[in-house]
Amino acid sequence: MIGLEHYLTVAAALFVIGIFGIFLNRKNVIVILMSIELMLLAVNINLVAFSAFLGDLVGQVFTMFVLTVAAAEAAIGLAILVCFYRNRGSIAVKDINILKG
Amino acid sequence: MNLAELSVLIPEIALAAYAMVALLVAVYTGKDRMAPLLVWTTALVMFALAFWVGASAGGVDTAFKGAVIDDGFARFAKVVILLSAGAVLLMGKDYMKRANVLRFEFPVLVALSVVGMMLMVSSGDLMTLYMGLELQSLALYVVAALRRDSLRSTEAGLKYFVLGALSSGLLLYGASLIYGYAGTTLFSGILSTLGEGDMPLGLLFGLVFLITGLAFKVSAVPFHMWTPDVYEGSPTPVTAFFATAPKMAAMALFARVLHDGFGTVPGDWGQVLAVLALLSMALGAVAGIGQRNIKRLMAYSSIAHMGFALMGLAAGTAGGVQAMLIYMTIYTVMNVGTFAFILSMEKDGQPVTDINSLNMFSQREPMKALAMMVLLFSLAGVPPFVGFFGKFYVIKAAVDGGLVWLAVGGVIASVISAFYYLRIVYYMYFGEETDTAIDGTMPRVLWVFMMVSAFAMVGGVVNLFGVEGLALAAAETLVN
Repeated sequence: MIGLEHYLTVAAALFVIGIFGIFLNRKNVIVILMSIELMLLAVNINLVAFSAFLGDLVGQVFTMFVLTVAAAEAAIGLAILVCFYRNRGSIAVKDINILKG
Repeated sequence: MNLAELSVLIPEIALAAYAMVALLVAVYTGKDRMAPLLVWTTALVMFALAFWVGASAGGVDTAFKGAVIDDGFARFAKVVILLSAGAVLLMGKDYMKRANVLRFEFPVLVALSVVGMMLMVSSGDLMTLYMGLELQSLALYVVAALRRDSLRSTEAGLKYFVLGALSSGLLLYGASLIYGYAGTTLFSGILSTLGEGDMPLGLLFGLVFLITGLAFKVSAVPFHMWTPDVYEGSPTPVTAFFATAPKMAAMALFARVLHDGFGTVPGDWGQVLAVLALLSMALGAVAGIGQRNIKRLMAYSSIAHMGFALMGLAAGTAGGVQAMLIYMTIYTVMNVGTFAFILSMEKDGQPVTDINSLNMFSQREPMKALAMMVLLFSLAGVPPFVGFFGKFYVIKAAVDGGLVWLAVGGVIASVISAFYYLRIVYYMYFGEETDTAIDGTMPRVLWVFMMVSAFAMVGGVVNLFGVEGLALAAAETLVN
């Protein structure tokens, strides 16, 4: 029987993978965008699992909001990334280094 | 839902509708040629809404089954947000026109982010909180990268986006845990499930994630690393905006969610906030010393100031919230004045950010140097200027809340950070003659904002212009 804790475990694992994807990734920024998406999807699994467990629809409404915002966020992130690429000619993480103090 | 509920949201709806109409009008008519006009109309709409929100009757209204709350606390924060956003828009117009980045999207995006901020401070539900925060953040990511042909500006936008998205993810994970363990997303519902006893472990985890996400937004240490880069890389008018309204909104949201949602267990979050406050004050004070770029310096200054504001919140009392509101109001006014000066810093038409360019500024422009000196003394918290009273209130709140060690740390940090403010004063009055000095000319709008702000730092010592009483009333509607 698959219970709430199984879903929560999967979500927590995905969330942690997402965070590590942002901090440990040394390649390019697209991987960071995918990691962010992974974090938000982990949250969605959490919300839907809790919603089913509690018999309360609010969690699923929240999920809809999160999905919409995630789409907008990805669009803006890619747009900024395209602008950055035009100026820098690279999207490698090690090349995001002009500003530092 | 009915019309009476919608009326609670009229200021937000009006500003959002204005932003969309302005966008359409500008697209179908003159595009960027409309930008100066749009800046003025947007600022005027914001000022008008500020007066409307400020003058509307007292009392607590809720809408959408408690998801939106309009009370004295929200109105106080909204007035500060609207006034500072309008002021910063007007201040940045000349600079952006000269730098050729005055696009018509700028005032529209600022207006939309202000809608997000107004929703944040009125939120009574985790969903409203998240939607408001994202509306604000998404607009801010774009304005950070507004100069899209500049490497620095796009890099600032990219860094802000990645770290902002990470913080939203952390906040959201916390929100999902809180929903699961409290069974509701309403702040009032969360509060009623807490009771007086120990908090369930799941809720505590959710709360910590939520605080982490919000700490990113207020740039509290250890979640501050985006601030100096974003402040430096963004166009200066955008930096001025980042340093004022979003900070007020995020601090107010912090107070809102902690007191409305977790007000019965201040011990559980007060310690976390106290540590964040101490680290922010210490790092802001020490790391600012090495900065020669005034925009980066203001970034570290804002980190230190956020530490002081968090110190008020960490006390967990109505007095602490009042101190936070007073502190943030003073901070916003000071930053508007300081950035009015920074926006005017240029040599031969090129913007300058190196503080060496201020050498012997007082000999050429004694009046402006005096105003800047007042603002810098006030930022440093030197009595008798108003900035001192802001620090006095938060330190008093911390002592009343039993956080004497935090208050001592705050005083020490404030002494250390005085070094980098006073160094600029030293350069202006006793520096060496250099050939990199700034021209010293200033558009009239900037001059007015700087002088009004500097005057407020001196004239406010009498009664803080009544902010103290208003902040107390606002804090009491939140903490009861």
